[in-house]
Amino acid sequence: MNEEIIISGRMNPKIDPQLHIWGWEIPLYLFLGGLAAGILFFAAFYYLKNREKEMPSTIKFAPLITPVLLIVGLIALFIDLNHKPYFWRLYTTIKLESPMSWGAWTLMVITPVSIIWSATYLRELFPAWDWKFRWLYNLESFFIKRRKTLAWIMVFFSVILGIYTGILLSAFNARPLWNTSILGPLFLASGLSAGAAYIMMMSKNHLERKLFSQIDLVLIGIELFLIVHLFMGFLASTQVQIEAAQLFLGGPYTLPFWTIAVFTGMIVPGILEFLEIRGRSIPAYIPGLLILIGNISLRFIIVYAGQASRYLY
Amino acid sequence: MRYAMAVDTKKCVGCADCVVACQTENNVPIGYCRDWIVENTAGTYPQLELEIRSERCNHCANSPCVRCCPTGASHYEDGGIVLVTGEDCIGCGACIASCPYDARYPHPEGYVDKCTFCIHRVTNGQKPACVEVCPTKCLYFGDLDDPESEVAQILKKRKYKTLIPEAGTDPQLYFLT
Repeated sequence: MNEEIIISGRMNPKIDPQLHIWGWEIPLYLFLGGLAAGILFFAAFYYLKNREKEMPSTIKFAPLITPVLLIVGLIALFIDLNHKPYFWRLYTTIKLESPMSWGAWTLMVITPVSIIWSATYLRELFPAWDWKFRWLYNLESFFIKRRKTLAWIMVFFSVILGIYTGILLSAFNARPLWNTSILGPLFLASGLSAGAAYIMMMSKNHLERKLFSQIDLVLIGIELFLIVHLFMGFLASTQVQIEAAQLFLGGPYTLPFWTIAVFTGMIVPGILEFLEIRGRSIPAYIPGLLILIGNISLRFIIVYAGQASRYLY
Repeated sequence: MRYAMAVDTKKCVGCADCVVACQTENNVPIGYCRDWIVENTAGTYPQLELEIRSERCNHCANSPCVRCCPTGASHYEDGGIVLVTGEDCIGCGACIASCPYDARYPHPEGYVDKCTFCIHRVTNGQKPACVEVCPTKCLYFGDLDDPESEVAQILKKRKYKTLIPEAGTDPQLYFLT
């Protein structure tokens, strides 16, 4: 028996009896950031492969939502800050050891790039669109000529954005559940999978739908593989990580994690996509929405469960 | 210079005077505390062992909070004291999540707050408020680099432990056992 009582009545808000410094804002942002990273990655990747004609949804339509996703994500991050008037301090510092610092700078690059990328396609998608000012037209043609440069920036920074959402958490060794390097690749794979699902839902073109079903199937396979590795790593590690894994293996997060995030969000859409590839006709929004639900719940569960995992002393 | 504190768990009675002294000295908002008492009971009745610890920020030499702070608000002062500059802090909570001792809290004014080892007193040659008031004199504070200091002397004489050394933080709060 080992009983620990804090008798001074330490009840610091958001710390006791269990850490809950991060509420809904952080997981929502992690989801939106991952989704935007996925969409932008595929848009830029297939642009660089010269597929603009065959894959209009991937390159032109789907990225239109990314500025909205990123801005809503940034607003969520801003709401989360406790000392809001000082948020600009993020941009007077570059600290490489702090994932949050380089994440903030990544957002500073990728958000305007996503806006510019979408803007260069606006007149193509909505012929009635009028930029009103001559300088905006000039700016538009300036960037249309430089789409290739934009695409390279997007490929690079979308991968950083996708992986950073996981690294942000894995850098905290005080929370054993987060303190695993699997989280970076897992969140990257799941962000790419969400991006692919969104493109699949947006697309009216058979080729794109089929391609992204296949991509999603591979990504879901990678995610499941990483999840197995996550638990293998935990269970072979120290007591604190074994206990962190127990949160999902019998503990309070077992049911939501395995039923919502893994079964509904990965296995079921995986099976549906497999059937679709085999020739069954399945409406794309069913696996697509399931993947998005799985994605957001994975992030909520990991962020909340991580705060429940701790060192014992 | 390396400031450190030693807590004699054999002498501490858990009166929480250190907690109140800190709240008064540092104007800690009501409902919050920068130091606290942990009473640990181990064993099976009737073979029970009790350990009482006065805990606070460990002023780690390898602080995860300083590392993960995106603005540099969390930093080391001379003597290794870990401090937060309120006007640089955005209140993102990263340092709070990174602390294995849960020693930090969000101040109602927005920035993150924690024990400062009473740096305002220490730099004037005084002891931290908690050390000053302790009725059992179970808290020792001083410079570890000075072999004559109170804390260096007591750590030479007594057995001690630190909390969660496996977290790799190199904590500077020593518990005499």
